[in-house]
Amino acid sequence: MRLGSPELALIVLALPFASFLALGLIRPLRRSGRPAAAISIVAMAGALVAAALMAWESIAASRGLNPSVVWAWLPGDGGPMASVGVWVDGMAMQMCVLVTLISLLVQIYSWSYLADEPSPSLGRYYAYQSLFAFSMLGLVLSPGFLQMFVFWELVGLCSYLLIGYWYHRPSAARAAVKAFWITKLGDLGFVAGIVMLWAATGTFDFFPLFSAAESGALHVDRLATIMFLIYLGAVGKSAQFPLHVWLPDAMEGPTPVSALIHAATMVTAGVYMIARAYPLFALVPPVLTLIAWVGAFTALLAATMACVERDIKRVLAYSTVSQLGYMMAANGAGEPEAAFQHLLTHGVFKALLFLGAGIVIHHFHTNDVFRMGGLFLLRPWVGGAFLVGTLALAGIWPLPGFFSKEAVLAAVLNARFTVPFLMLIATSFLTAFYMFRVVFLAFFGHAHGHHQHPRPPLPMDAVCRGLAVLTVALGVRALLTTHHGDAPVWLPWISLTWAAAGIALAWAAYQAGIIDPARLSAALAPIDFLARRRYFLDGLFGAMYRIALLGLSRVVGWVDRYVVDGVLNALSALTLRAGDAARRLQTGQPQDYVYGVALGVLLLLVWAQLR
Amino acid sequence: MPLSAYLVLAALVFAIGLFGVLTRRNAVGILLGIELMLNAVNINLVAFSRFRADLAGLIFTLFTIAITVAEVAVGLAIVIVIFRVRRTIEADHLDLLRG
Repeated sequence: MRLGSPELALIVLALPFASFLALGLIRPLRRSGRPAAAISIVAMAGALVAAALMAWESIAASRGLNPSVVWAWLPGDGGPMASVGVWVDGMAMQMCVLVTLISLLVQIYSWSYLADEPSPSLGRYYAYQSLFAFSMLGLVLSPGFLQMFVFWELVGLCSYLLIGYWYHRPSAARAAVKAFWITKLGDLGFVAGIVMLWAATGTFDFFPLFSAAESGALHVDRLATIMFLIYLGAVGKSAQFPLHVWLPDAMEGPTPVSALIHAATMVTAGVYMIARAYPLFALVPPVLTLIAWVGAFTALLAATMACVERDIKRVLAYSTVSQLGYMMAANGAGEPEAAFQHLLTHGVFKALLFLGAGIVIHHFHTNDVFRMGGLFLLRPWVGGAFLVGTLALAGIWPLPGFFSKEAVLAAVLNARFTVPFLMLIATSFLTAFYMFRVVFLAFFGHAHGHHQHPRPPLPMDAVCRGLAVLTVALGVRALLTTHHGDAPVWLPWISLTWAAAGIALAWAAYQAGIIDPARLSAALAPIDFLARRRYFLDGLFGAMYRIALLGLSRVVGWVDRYVVDGVLNALSALTLRAGDAARRLQTGQPQDYVYGVALGVLLLLVWAQLR
Repeated sequence: MPLSAYLVLAALVFAIGLFGVLTRRNAVGILLGIELMLNAVNINLVAFSRFRADLAGLIFTLFTIAITVAEVAVGLAIVIVIFRVRRTIEADHLDLLRG
């Protein structure tokens, strides 16, 4: 019997969840470490096979065809309010393959990368990894906003758990909490948006919403507000300005976790959600314009910060923020396909870059690029793989980043967003510059220190090479299948020229020594000053926290201390006083009691007479 | 003599007894006052019995006298015990129940 796509999708979903349940519930298994990791990896491999089968089987199925398995969750009049299940279209299938592939590779890589961890925490790590993959797959396959929101929050929880994996380090714990809270800030908008959408339409499900939207039958008051609120969720998750501040701090997690968060899960969720809900966003052009502008601005801002960063992982983190800006700009320009293609290719080469950076960090025992150097000659394979990823990120022909970035730029240009387009072109120059800055500093340049370094373990090496090969293969496939549509002929040349200029500048400044980097930063002093301080955004958030939240807390504390407690204290003091006064009636003298009795009898007599 | 004369006598005796209970400081004096009040009741009972030709009043009176004797016995015993413990039977000093 051949399984249809939705059933395969359920298997894809079930395998990581089963692995998580096994690791989470069976304590001895979790604390055993390596066996737990093996179970998780095998389950993930199974999920990858199922996802690949699913994609292979229905590779021809386009967006129009929507095979799905759904169960009514909240029944309502005229169709369910919310369904659970899987909704498998072309986008969801490709995303499933990406998520399972990256998760599998990251888990294999972690096998070696975290080899020194004690067994119980390794088991914990793999339990989180399985849950993370399950959550992201559930999000991807959601047939409605409500299920998407549930998995959306699960993804946030998992990233919190994994960023804070080394929770005994205060900085990691703080980064985890920061990531959680900042994304929650956006999620507030998301949940408000979907509830308002439900209140207006009576359903959370994509299918009725999209068919109504596409046929023009969707009449909702204040749709722009609703879609803006939903977009806020994506701002938090996909690290758009001004909520991008959590992503660089998320580097406190283990490097494979960063690769996972940046490539396949978590940050891509926002872009995916916008692309998924595009039929609704298409109805509100002002929100789309906002998305494009914010995306392009985020791309440029993050790129400038990446140029002055010394920590290799943080450079990559800013590059992710920057590339997410590209994707969002494409979404806003009305080309969710382009955004999604960039998401897929970026997922592959960003995983490659992070996992390569993990090897580099293992080699040098530091994150600081200025204390690295000369790795290319020592480890040509690692250097080569990293170089492939870098070229792909810089958008050099014929790597996949070139094609997907061209599609994004063409989309933004066709939508007549001139300023965002210029920002994105500037970003591609900066991208090439800061990535090659890292390459020249870490892989070429002078080697610092001459101690003997062990070879990277086989799994880590193999995963990197595999991803490099995959990146090249994707590029070749794009080369063979892409046909230039309505993009102007000069567009690829423009962006290639700027990328090449960026590489040349990096070479001149950090390799050949023609330009002194210090003079370069002096020439751009204001931007340099701001970028090094991250545009004071962290400080701004801190100040907002201190002024708004602490101020409010003080007021509430004062009210509690002096008003609420005051009333209670007054009541209890009054009771005490009254008791004290009443106590004095009891003299202990028998004759006083007799007086009382006699007086009482007299009063009764008088009352009886007067009545 | 009319009934009211007996009732007035009984009321007088009761009032004197009550006065004694309220004003005496000595526990024995208080007991004496209680005796007077009880006997005022007895006078009432006997008077009503006589004027209404009902023997129940006399029977009640006998019960009351018996109970009074028992009460005096118990009361005096308490007074003696109090005297042994506190070396006083002044009611002013017996205020252990003061709040």
